[in-house]
Amino acid sequence: MAWDLDGDRPIYIQLVEILQNKIVAGEYRPGERLPSVRDLAAEAGVNPNTMQRAFSNLEQMGLIVTMRTNGRTVADNPGVVETRGKELADAEVEQFFRKMEELGYKREEALELAKQKISGGDKNE
Amino acid sequence: MNEQNYQGAPMNNGMPMNNGMPMNGGMPMNNGMPMNNGMPMYNGMPPYGASYMNRPPVEFVVEPMERTGEGPALLECRNLTKFYDAGRPALNQLNLRIERGHIVGLLGPNGSGKTTLIKMINGLLVPSTGEVLINGQRPGPYTKSVISYLPERTYLEAQKDVNSLVAFFSEFYADFHADRAYAMLQALGIPSGARLKTLSKGTKEKVQLILVMSRDAQLYILDEPIAGVDPAARDYILRTILSNYNPEATLMICTHLISDIENILDDVIFIRNGQLVVQSTVDNIRGKFGKTVDAYFREVFAC
Repeated sequence: MAWDLDGDRPIYIQLVEILQNKIVAGEYRPGERLPSVRDLAAEAGVNPNTMQRAFSNLEQMGLIVTMRTNGRTVADNPGVVETRGKELADAEVEQFFRKMEELGYKREEALELAKQKISGGDKNE
Repeated sequence: MNEQNYQGAPMNNGMPMNNGMPMNGGMPMNNGMPMNNGMPMYNGMPPYGASYMNRPPVEFVVEPMERTGEGPALLECRNLTKFYDAGRPALNQLNLRIERGHIVGLLGPNGSGKTTLIKMINGLLVPSTGEVLINGQRPGPYTKSVISYLPERTYLEAQKDVNSLVAFFSEFYADFHADRAYAMLQALGIPSGARLKTLSKGTKEKVQLILVMSRDAQLYILDEPIAGVDPAARDYILRTILSNYNPEATLMICTHLISDIENILDDVIFIRNGQLVVQSTVDNIRGKFGKTVDAYFREVFAC
């Protein structure tokens, strides 16, 4: 099934996000070989050139490496992956606090609510 | 494209990223054509209806493709014009260049000149003035050997069964791969012994598309390839196109079903009243206007 992509943002940017999340989450492990551009493009339901562009971006970010003879692998450098993961997590946390501020919560109050949510278990789900 | 776009990605959920581009940036950049919202006027008359006044102008993007390699472009139209009679031309001084290795959507409202253009590329119509060149050559036996064309209507003999159509194509085109055709027929569950006339409309379309895509052409021109095909088979066909086509080849898809094919396109071309009004990459339109090509199309061609 094609990947779930938004309509209003450039496709390659969304591909970069999806792929970097997979790398950061360890779905693709450091040093692991990636599927070919063409296979991944067919899986995502996008143009191979667009997937190629996403790969180039990930390469610039140091998350993947092109091997001369053997396609592409995730960079065999857990440090880079970890740093990127932390940046992304930071941004998400910042986003959470900003949204809560829009709702009138101070950051400490928002944190308190988040803690309660965890200790309260899943009963609100 | 600036790096913040994806690095700050979680921060801009759904925010349009039009880089402060003014959406009402004054005049369109298509050599003085008025914003006439599809009215049949093409010769510089400004529109005066009240509805025109209320609608903000739409910005047009015309960004020619980057040249790939030396030599002539895969497809080039120079001042291409076609009159069917003395009245309004179906194509009006169209200039267009298409390079190798692209999937291009040819889009435009009914009667905008898409099929006229396609027919001239395939040598089925002769230009009134101007010219169309494929690898630098005018349409003829050579260009037909490198273009694989799916017309909007079938020309295949309804009495024939699928096997003999495959044999016909094998004999006719040196670059046809029967094994590829049979693999696709099988995947879509089409009985190869069936006569064409016994198949449903959608299945007939699938057979034609399979035959056309089983060639190793340089330019595939598909006129409404998926209109009659069910969504599941559409997905299969698009996936097959993506994984089978030669990356050096170019695919030109003419369709009204923009949202179905938007993600597989590199570039889009909008034609209106026989003239090119937009040529751009899909990601450029999305980055610039923060909307899908489908939504942009509806804006450009709003009635």
